[in-house]
Amino acid sequence: MMLLLMAVTIMVLGGLAALGVGQPRLAGRLGAGGVVVGSLMGLVPALRVLWSGSGESLSYAWSVPYGSFAVGIDPLSAFFLLPVLGISALAAVYGTEYLIPYCGKYSVRGHWFFYSLLVASMTMVLVARNAVLFLVAWELMSVASFFLVTFEHHKESVRDAGWTYLVATHVGAAFLLAFFVLLGNEVGSFDFDRIRAFGVPTSAGVLFLLAVVGFGAKAGFLPLHVWLPEAHPAAPSHVSALMSGVMIKTGIYGILRTLTFLGPPSPWWGYVLVGVGLTSGIIGVLFALAQHDLKRLLAYHSVENIGIIALGLGVGVIGAGIGSPALIVLGLCGGLLHVLNHAIFKSLLFLGAGSVFHGTGTRDIDFLGGLLKRMPWTGVTFLIGAAAICGLPPLNGFVSEFLIYLGAFRGGAVNDAAVVGTLSAVIAGLALIGGLAAACFAKAFGIIFLGEPRTDLSRTHEGGWAMRLPMVVLAAGCVLLGLLAPLALRLMAPVVAQLAPLARNVVRTELMAAAQPLAMVARGGCGLLAMIGALALLRRRLLARRTIGEGVTWDCGYAQPSPRMQYTASSFAQPLTDFFRIFLWTERRISRPSGLFPRSAALHTFTPDTYPRCCTLPCFAASYGAFRDCAGYSTAACNCTCSISPWPSWR
Amino acid sequence: MNTAGSVSWFLALLLAPLLLGIINRTKAFFAGRQGAPLVQAYFDCWKLLQKGAVYSRTTTWVFVSGPVAGLAAVLAAAALVPLGGIGAPVSFAGDLILFAYLLGLMRFLTVLAALDTGSSFEGMGASREVWFSALAEPALLLGLAVLARETKSLSLSGMIFALTGEVWTRSGIILLLLAVALFIVLLAENARIPVDDPNTHLELTMIHEVMVLDHSGPDFGFILYGAALKLWVLSALLVGVVVPVRTGNPWLDGAAVLAGIMAVAVLVGIVESCMARLRLFRVPQLLVGAGAFSTLALILALR
Repeated sequence: MMLLLMAVTIMVLGGLAALGVGQPRLAGRLGAGGVVVGSLMGLVPALRVLWSGSGESLSYAWSVPYGSFAVGIDPLSAFFLLPVLGISALAAVYGTEYLIPYCGKYSVRGHWFFYSLLVASMTMVLVARNAVLFLVAWELMSVASFFLVTFEHHKESVRDAGWTYLVATHVGAAFLLAFFVLLGNEVGSFDFDRIRAFGVPTSAGVLFLLAVVGFGAKAGFLPLHVWLPEAHPAAPSHVSALMSGVMIKTGIYGILRTLTFLGPPSPWWGYVLVGVGLTSGIIGVLFALAQHDLKRLLAYHSVENIGIIALGLGVGVIGAGIGSPALIVLGLCGGLLHVLNHAIFKSLLFLGAGSVFHGTGTRDIDFLGGLLKRMPWTGVTFLIGAAAICGLPPLNGFVSEFLIYLGAFRGGAVNDAAVVGTLSAVIAGLALIGGLAAACFAKAFGIIFLGEPRTDLSRTHEGGWAMRLPMVVLAAGCVLLGLLAPLALRLMAPVVAQLAPLARNVVRTELMAAAQPLAMVARGGCGLLAMIGALALLRRRLLARRTIGEGVTWDCGYAQPSPRMQYTASSFAQPLTDFFRIFLWTERRISRPSGLFPRSAALHTFTPDTYPRCCTLPCFAASYGAFRDCAGYSTAACNCTCSISPWPSWR
Repeated sequence: MNTAGSVSWFLALLLAPLLLGIINRTKAFFAGRQGAPLVQAYFDCWKLLQKGAVYSRTTTWVFVSGPVAGLAAVLAAAALVPLGGIGAPVSFAGDLILFAYLLGLMRFLTVLAALDTGSSFEGMGASREVWFSALAEPALLLGLAVLARETKSLSLSGMIFALTGEVWTRSGIILLLLAVALFIVLLAENARIPVDDPNTHLELTMIHEVMVLDHSGPDFGFILYGAALKLWVLSALLVGVVVPVRTGNPWLDGAAVLAGIMAVAVLVGIVESCMARLRLFRVPQLLVGAGAFSTLALILALR
């Protein structure tokens, strides 16, 4: 435990040092160095706890009212610490090179300070064992990430995105405050240990809903996801990778931690989670399909994957409701493993997107093309990440979705129509999400990296080793976790044992049962790779000493096809977005060709998020109306607060 | 891995191209023609494997890996599908999910290989392929979920093995709905009429054929063989549901299933002879219809 606190201290010291030095590049090395060293140190106690299964904790008195400086690592914290620390370190290495073009223009030193602060505060969120400490760390995390999002604060769009994020995250925080006040009031203490020992609170259902809303705003559940598609594109890419891959998972952590407070879950909690998961998953991937901005597309995929995680947790909670150990273990394992998997492939994809932006200067998919030849490293790693996020075997995304599917299939045998109906909806939903995600990533990878460049991309260049190395490591992680999934289950045993209302040996038996098909899947993956190798060899043997011709792509006999004749991302996705237009409301602007010799024609499509317009803004307008009378009193204070610019002037 | 199961895998590898011949002979019969020999697809594959190849200058290694990895994926999927009572070489709880996703992997790679050519025709085909398959996937998996519930098994081999005549008498209507859904999925996944016309001559109207326009030589041979194999595995799945002959005698069971698979090929040929391809905008309705059949089967299974 001491080691982890030292790690946090090192991170913060690294950030402070970065703030202090004059040279932006040196600041990057100091800040990133602090994060890397701190993360490596922090991983040691996390792995130790997961391996041994027993937690560590520390508690000091704290002068804050109701607070105590109680920290601890139990298996649940340790499991979430793995992606937080691992991804933070890799993204920090990437950031040192990614930010070089920004040196002098924006405050790189401030960036590294807040980066370290974000990593440190995420770590503290995971280890805090007192509600006040938890909320302080939570708030610090939100504020630090706000400053990271608004890194390019000269741009108005970036500032808007930052405000959207700040408001959304604080709406969530308000619910969390209510949650902890209610809970602490009943228990009489804000210490997590006392809350756990208290037993079942009377208003467990209300508390659960408060937690789903409060933590869901951070996780990105629909319709609280409004900040994700704004903030992720605005932030520098390694920050998007960190926020999307890891920070939103603190919301999932919060929900899981809540489940440990509230005693045995009611069955309807499971239905709520499945409902939230299905809507987030399906609507998220549909919105992703309609996007042209690569990072916006990836942001919507985070909504989708958070939905898949919620589906897994929902299956587990339903299992607890009907008393089926298999369902509990499969659902929880699937959801938790997807947390880890999504952290890996989503940060890989965001780093890839950053690399594309770094190399070409645009994130608009329709302007790109043929990048695989110019950026082979980014291309291959992005392809691996894309296949993994679609849940294709033999990569890691398949493994976690497989567990959730298996749980849903297992539960299909019970004699309860509501349960079977819900679980069948999980199966159909996962299948639809999988199909649509494959469509979306076929579009993203196919249009960006394959074909011919749609605009002049001759000056495109691959990033240096500091940008390539993290992507390669993450891509290797996707492959390895896919093939070594049964071993990953071994690490998850204590986490599931902590969460599930089951005896330890029952958990172990169920995990063994779940590991068996996973071992077969892993063997199947190896067999698949072997067969690919054999067929590739066969093809090479067949083609040896034969004539291999080269030509242009077949275009119905036209010998000079131009890159502009290619399908674009918009045209690729158009049939699907049209089919699902009831959810999407895509806006189009058409200037039709006219006259006998038409000069030009254009079609612009844009799919804005409908939820701010339909849900969030009316809510705000209503609450503004309700609070308008009070507003007169606080205007002066408000003006005073707003006049202090949140963007520091140091550079 | 078991020896009886390996037999069903090798039979699939050996006999899959025959299905294309049967379909074409059926269509020829309806058109009053003599038709190509039944083994024409074997000749085609063999000839293609003997040839050189031409590649577009636009393409990369992704284009080449499409057919190779696609064939590997469908070979792996074939190892999970039983021939009626004769189990598959590999079977475990949840193998049906792996089966569905291996077919998904094959499709993903084919689509990427198509996009790699930079041709708008192939982009068009790829776009339609992902559109239709995204709608076919829920129908397939929901159908398998119903099957899992009816047979109390989670592996394809176990499910099909448990599907005896007794199950048919108990819940025949459910299985019938399921069979219809599976047949529609089979037609869509294998690019047959009414979803896609393999004989069309216009690139604009094709789906699967247009995605593989630029492949040639051994690559195209792999694609042709992979497509035949995909038709075989989905037919074997359908026949496993529809033909409940489980006497325990492997010869008898195997013969019944093989006859059933041939009959599915004839049925596909009859469908192709009797109706035209649907308009593209109608196809999703058909696929959602398949999903509705699966859902209906599920509701009936819940009673």
